[in-house]
Amino acid sequence: MKKTQEKENIIELKNIKKVYNEVTAVDNFNLEVKRGEFVTFLGPSGCGKTTTLRMIAGFELPTEGEITLNGQDISKLPPYQRPINTVFQRYALFPHLNIYDNIAFGLKLKTEEVTYKNNNGKTITRKERLTKKEIKEKVRHALEIVDLEGFEKRSIDTLSGGQQQRIAIARAIVNEPEILLLDEPLGALDLKMRKEMQIELKSMHETLGITFIYVTHDQEEALTMSDKVVVMRDGMIQQIGTPEEIYNEPKNAFVADFIGESNIFNGKVTGDKKVRFCNHIFDCVDQFPVGTRVDVVVRPEDVFMRKAGQGMIDVVVDSVVFKGIHYEITVLCGETEIVIQSIKNAEVGTTIGVDIEPDGIHLIENNVTANEFDGVITKHNTVEFGDGEFECDLTQLYPGSRILDDTLVDEKGEEINIVGTEVKVYVPLNGCIEMSDDADEGGVTGNIISLIYKGDHYQYIVRTENEYDFILDDEDLWNENDFVSLVIPKEKIKLALK
Amino acid sequence: MFKFSRKQLCIPYAVFLLFFVIAPLVVIIYYAFTNGKGEFTFNNFTNFFTDSNTIGTLIYSMFISLVTTLVCLVIAYPVAYILANSKLKRKSVILMIFIMPMWINFTLRITAVKEILTAIEGNLAYYPFLNTIIGMTYDFFPFMILPLYNALEKIDRRLIEASHDLGADGVTTFIKVTFPLSMPGVISGITMVFLPVMTNYVVLDMLYNSTYIMGSLIGSYFNAYDWNNGSMISIVLLAIILVVTLFTNKLGNITGENRGATL
Repeated sequence: MKKTQEKENIIELKNIKKVYNEVTAVDNFNLEVKRGEFVTFLGPSGCGKTTTLRMIAGFELPTEGEITLNGQDISKLPPYQRPINTVFQRYALFPHLNIYDNIAFGLKLKTEEVTYKNNNGKTITRKERLTKKEIKEKVRHALEIVDLEGFEKRSIDTLSGGQQQRIAIARAIVNEPEILLLDEPLGALDLKMRKEMQIELKSMHETLGITFIYVTHDQEEALTMSDKVVVMRDGMIQQIGTPEEIYNEPKNAFVADFIGESNIFNGKVTGDKKVRFCNHIFDCVDQFPVGTRVDVVVRPEDVFMRKAGQGMIDVVVDSVVFKGIHYEITVLCGETEIVIQSIKNAEVGTTIGVDIEPDGIHLIENNVTANEFDGVITKHNTVEFGDGEFECDLTQLYPGSRILDDTLVDEKGEEINIVGTEVKVYVPLNGCIEMSDDADEGGVTGNIISLIYKGDHYQYIVRTENEYDFILDDEDLWNENDFVSLVIPKEKIKLALK
Repeated sequence: MFKFSRKQLCIPYAVFLLFFVIAPLVVIIYYAFTNGKGEFTFNNFTNFFTDSNTIGTLIYSMFISLVTTLVCLVIAYPVAYILANSKLKRKSVILMIFIMPMWINFTLRITAVKEILTAIEGNLAYYPFLNTIIGMTYDFFPFMILPLYNALEKIDRRLIEASHDLGADGVTTFIKVTFPLSMPGVISGITMVFLPVMTNYVVLDMLYNSTYIMGSLIGSYFNAYDWNNGSMISIVLLAIILVVTLFTNKLGNITGENRGATL
């Protein structure tokens, strides 16, 4: 194997976009992978991570954008011409071949350029297939790497899931690919096996020196194994960074929520490295202008329990769950829940103090306080925006105007011709939009595509049919993918003329 | 007390089996090894293998079967392959079009084929062999395409992708992955066509006007009240079918697990 030479980019994805049946699966995807790196695509199912991997493998062609391997554009090459091999999600071993033939499948097709001098002293270069002996030796070596020596003659259905997984890895690495793609390879294994294979894969990566691109929805797996993690959601990259960066400095509330456990609160910057949340002003290390609205991320292990009155704030213990290595303690600060991980126990119902150190508080700027849409006035009391039509109060647009016989009139009582006017629509996040499971109740329907718990309420994103997103806060728990109807009281809809 | 158990549900079938499968078989075996006077004899057996007419018919039947099977396979495989891999939403509807002839009465269909061929060729006697193959192929095509389609449709798409991934282009992938994995379908298609064709005399009767097939040979003996020789031919045919079935089953086992690609 080649030793990691220069840290040059082996593969680059530029502005990759993939559209299936008018649905955008991946958008604006930019990534550079260095030779020998272990990169993980992490995200919930349907976030586009597998689609991206399949574009690198060549099973899908990007709708837009370019994939370059060692500086050459490979976006349009068929998979069999790419020096890239894949370990498939459910192994995809050939059931009609034994283990030897499975592993040798790629080798038997491989040609190598051989240069030699013939009798006349001419140098001839031609492509030759590997000899049987070479193939045999390579297969033996690959089996040795995955720790299944002597399994050549066995048929694949005699193997356990873990062994099949190893054969699938052997079948891919035996071809000495430049990049090895792994599509949730450990998803079908049980927990213990998965942990073992994680360590083995990591050490395989180190010894082989091949670039690994790994897809998983398991954040722990991603943090354990990777040099670089790409967090994805909804076809978009949320953050690229080392496992430490992703964990300690999540770029947005989604990443914070997805990677590890976190407490996420709505906060406001009140001074130089000072932030207010849970009715207390905490010192922190991030700096933002005073008044900035922020998402405050605090990891459960960064919250420390003190005796009542001795902490920064006093809280009431709400529940305690024993988790093996630690207790998971949920406390209430007023209405807001804080989750604490501690090796110490606490008694439910008691009041305790809580400390959060400045470096345990991570701030993410979040100035989104209202949904903003472009709308059109459809009648004298309705406006259409975000896939729906809502009743609203149009008098706010013209000072002194009023509604007379269902018609908007100005001070003099003359009708204002308003139908068809384009307006800006603002709907605040907090307490303005209500969800209902009765599809006819609200002005628009959609599916919940994301929810994030923020201590005393959930923040939801509801996506409508034509991909308008409504962000709203709600105290009740709904499920992801729930189909809901959105009710917006007419006094909550704020309008402005363009 | 009468106690109901699930096994008792088998009784109707057991009775059916006894009267319509086992009893006739016993009768046939009895006739095959006796002469007209009811005495035990092997003469019928030796007759079979010494009579050039019988042997000739056997070989000719096999030949017709073989050609029909091959033609069916060659026509059905590409169709099944394209259909199984197409992204059409109504694949089953298209498949049904191929299978629909099965819904029409067999004799009626063959009569229709006969009329069409007569219209084209003028006189059926010009190309009797060709006509027989056309008739047989038309008749048995659905039995070939169904198992093939089932087998091809079941092939995991990821295996094809894995093959491409490992460096095999389209043709190589077909030879090394798709075709071997469709073998259960191929074998069950062959079984479903080869064996019935060998004894199907209706097609031959109508398109060939001859008795050159095993089924019609048995019929001709029975018509002449020679139950003994007729029965022996049936027994030999049964033995041949048994051997062929065992052989194809074995082949199916070698090529991979049984993927249930039978009808």
